[in-house]
Amino acid sequence: MTESSVDPLTPVLTKRWLSPRSWRLSVYEQLEGYTALRKALGGTPEQLVQLVKDSGLRGRGGAGFPAGVKWSFMPPNEDKPHYLVINADEGEPGTCKDIPLMMADPHSLIEGCVIASYAMRSHHCFIYVRGEALHCYRRLVSAVQEAYAAGYLGTDILGSGYYLDITVHAGAGAYICGEETALLDSLEGLRGQPRLKPPFPAAAGLYAKPTTVNNVETIASVPFIVNAGSDWFRSMGREKSPGPKIFSVSGHVERPGQYEAPMGTTLRELLELSGGMKDGIPLKFWTPGGSSTPMFTAEHMDVPLDFEGAAEAGSMLGTTAVQVFNETVSVPWAVMKWTQFYEHESCGKCTPCREGTYWLAKILERMIAGQGTAEDIDTMLDICDNIFGRSFCALGDGAVSPIVSGIKYFKDEFLALCQQQDAGPAQRHELAGAR
Amino acid sequence: MDSSPFGPEVAAQAQQIVARYPQSRSALLPMLHLVQSIEGHVSSVGIEFCARQLDIATAEVDAVVTFYTMYKRKPCGEHLVSVCTNTLCAVLGGDSIYAKLREYLGEDGPPAGHEETFGDPGTPGSITLEHVECLAACDLGPVIQVDYEFFDNQTVESATRLVDGLRSGDKPAPDRGAPLVGFRNAERQLAGFLDNLDADVDGPSAATETVRGAQLALDRGWTAPVMADLPLPVLPDKN
Repeated sequence: MTESSVDPLTPVLTKRWLSPRSWRLSVYEQLEGYTALRKALGGTPEQLVQLVKDSGLRGRGGAGFPAGVKWSFMPPNEDKPHYLVINADEGEPGTCKDIPLMMADPHSLIEGCVIASYAMRSHHCFIYVRGEALHCYRRLVSAVQEAYAAGYLGTDILGSGYYLDITVHAGAGAYICGEETALLDSLEGLRGQPRLKPPFPAAAGLYAKPTTVNNVETIASVPFIVNAGSDWFRSMGREKSPGPKIFSVSGHVERPGQYEAPMGTTLRELLELSGGMKDGIPLKFWTPGGSSTPMFTAEHMDVPLDFEGAAEAGSMLGTTAVQVFNETVSVPWAVMKWTQFYEHESCGKCTPCREGTYWLAKILERMIAGQGTAEDIDTMLDICDNIFGRSFCALGDGAVSPIVSGIKYFKDEFLALCQQQDAGPAQRHELAGAR
Repeated sequence: MDSSPFGPEVAAQAQQIVARYPQSRSALLPMLHLVQSIEGHVSSVGIEFCARQLDIATAEVDAVVTFYTMYKRKPCGEHLVSVCTNTLCAVLGGDSIYAKLREYLGEDGPPAGHEETFGDPGTPGSITLEHVECLAACDLGPVIQVDYEFFDNQTVESATRLVDGLRSGDKPAPDRGAPLVGFRNAERQLAGFLDNLDADVDGPSAATETVRGAQLALDRGWTAPVMADLPLPVLPDKN
């Protein structure tokens, strides 16, 4: 099948969402549910790892690491217990795909968990779901109970001899726990702070045992790949970024929502699907995959939204959280709001991020209050330079994305905010934060 | 300690949480949700309870409590009202909603502060107001949660009505989630004690926005390529 023959929307993960009570096992079983598990248990773990490698499935949590390769890092023996941990701590600003997925179709995640656990020789899987997602937690707990009762979990699954337990775990409000090693610390009952890598989780993860952490959308894709094969998966999307992807379109568009389209779909196409800009007010800036991905402008409408396309255009695919902002929105204001978020969510472990986000927020607040100077822009870029690549985890890198990209594309707007101050006869050199 | 709210029954539930994990300390986060379900916040008594259950120092529990935003250090109202003021919700009206609710609840006094409670904590109609970061419902913004159930596409007017309803003892129905049962009961569920699960699980979830792509594809006849049942890959023989 050629790329051009693929429809603009390719519902795979979202195809059951319209079914009444799609979260119930009885409905899931009527819609091919758990057929992939039967097939997977008839094969070997090695075959499944190979299949996922062949499919080219890349992590849907933002980083895009090839899932099959990640799985292959797990030791081939079972000298120690192995764990699969699902990162369901969705909270990247703009991102809203995993929670609807788990609410509408929790069994697709559970089935994916059983297959992935089998492939990685794990017998205990944890789903770490953010605490604020209570209804989602409920749906998962219920689905796990149904799966146990039907023999898809527990001992001797479907007569294969394979056994697996799943524990659904509610977090308690901390964006940083979406970072995989912080998530593991949190799951161990600690403050959620990232760990030094190496050792990587596959060597020493949860309880210092071999562990793989995967995103919800990644694992929910696995049953479909098992059923239809890697070529089918690759018939959607692009060569290095294959498959369908849930694009979460939000903000100033006529019909915001979840649109599952092939990887490589552009903003122009997404806007067509979602009814265009709200009230016809022109686009100003947008994020391809959450606030941690450098912003784009109207110039980037035709950038193919896959891992390579977004990176070549100077951003990242992230979580395909497409937040759309029209001309009425002030970029420095939006950047300030995002920076306040990173300041709040910085875990405090490393100095560049803890101190940097604090001062960046203070400078931006001062600027928005009309008391910034042009020099502040250079100061911010200097701070960003000292955070990027120098902080302990990716939160720091994410925190500088809105600032650096905002100044790159909309420096005039920052300068305009400062003009009044620079032109004043007696400049007040009030220190940021000195209140 | 006869006056402790953490009697043998609660201790037994705490141990049920411990049993879910290979190592006991993993039970701390859900156990703190359990503590909040009983006290309406995490007090020093609650911290001591967790420390005892897990045989760790109170300082270790305290360090965890202060790290996570969902653990409240002051007694909360019957309902917790959380307004998203992250950038996207803020631009769509979340900032105005939060400002209005601060004023509205503050009445003649100063505007309500973050995590300020109105009414005697825990009594019917009492409310704790907070602003929160992204709630992962951006296509439905501006969003508010009450006791972690979703109220979508809010306006200043709808948010004010919502608060009025909560204060008068009505239980406005969430757009997505189960019927409201108060902050403490929500916390009990997050600890894994879902007493009404079979009914609650069917609470609504599929907002128009959620299924928009799926609906559009159905209307236009768009589908993913046909799935043929192919065998798993054959691996090269290692011998």
